Amino acid sequence: MGFLDRLFSRQEPPSGRVAKDRLRLVLTQDRAGISPALLETLKDEIITVISRHLDVDVQCVQVSVTQSGRESSLVADIPLRHRQGVREG
Amino acid sequence: MAGRVVTITSGKGGVGKTTLTANLGAALAMRGQRVVVIDADVGLRNLDVMLGLENRIVYDLVDVIEGRCRLRQGLVRHKQLPELYLLPAAQTRDKSAVQPEDMVRICDELRGDHDVVLIDSPAGIEQGFRYAMEPADEIIIVTNPEVSAARDADRVIGLIEAEEKGPARLVINRLEPSMVSKGHMLGVADVVELLAIDLIGVVPEDSNALIAANRGQPLALSNNRSRAGHAFHNIAGRLLGEEVDFQPLRQPRVFERLLRFVSPERS
Repeated sequence: MGFLDRLFSRQEPPSGRVAKDRLRLVLTQDRAGISPALLETLKDEIITVISRHLDVDVQCVQVSVTQSGRESSLVADIPLRHRQGVREG
Repeated sequence: MAGRVVTITSGKGGVGKTTLTANLGAALAMRGQRVVVIDADVGLRNLDVMLGLENRIVYDLVDVIEGRCRLRQGLVRHKQLPELYLLPAAQTRDKSAVQPEDMVRICDELRGDHDVVLIDSPAGIEQGFRYAMEPADEIIIVTNPEVSAARDADRVIGLIEAEEKGPARLVINRLEPSMVSKGHMLGVADVVELLAIDLIGVVPEDSNALIAANRGQPLALSNNRSRAGHAFHNIAGRLLGEEVDFQPLRQPRVFERLLRFVSPERS
């Protein structure tokens, strides 16, 4: 890693940080038995169900697994589109 | 008072279970505890070599289970520590020769005459792990500060929780403080945060461990206590309920490095 690279902070993050991020992800998947593919499926189906009742901002939906200690939770962040000032029915 | 049974396990192989068992056994015996260490890795016996007792073995764990000798005859006494005994694994059999109930029966018998029984579990999460876990009152999980070892440790913690065994505590082995400070190794706080389990010890990487293994002399036994030897004694103290501070692991100073360079066994 050259001096200039360091100066302009073009170097990769330290490998210890990479290890921690990768470990966190792998543990999340192992503990809950949730693969990235399953998470995508869940996200699509959640959008389908919620969209039946509400106007969902589909692009911004996030579904993830979070850890608190050794407990896992599925967290869905589902932004709603505001109605444009028009009152229906 | 009946002795306690502590199983040392890890999931992944090669992280230092046998080294920890040998050193913890020695450190506890040096504190006046009556200790038995059981090599539960049937077919891949190694604890005898770590303790320098490979030439003294007459009977083994499977001989005891199958009634070819009494339990007392299977125990090999350590050369320097008269209160440290080894129950060796069988080398020519496999893990199907041991059932969880066998381990419970043997440990129950040992509890009467000994303060601590340490079981060196085989790697993996199969039969050997199961029978090593069955008699445990307490569990020590060994890991290294690496993604693969920590992942396997987490799997083991999950299994222990599911079986409602424990309490389980963590030893982080082979930590290199200089690598951590350069940002190239998972630190103690990282591993503890992600595995979310109590810590009982941190053992720094120490080339003296290899020298000790070459000689069949546990580091903990040495008068010139190495960094790792010191860490093993701290773990022994915590296991006995002593309040031992977790000292910050610093890099050895230049002078100490020089000293170790000149004489690797004195550090």
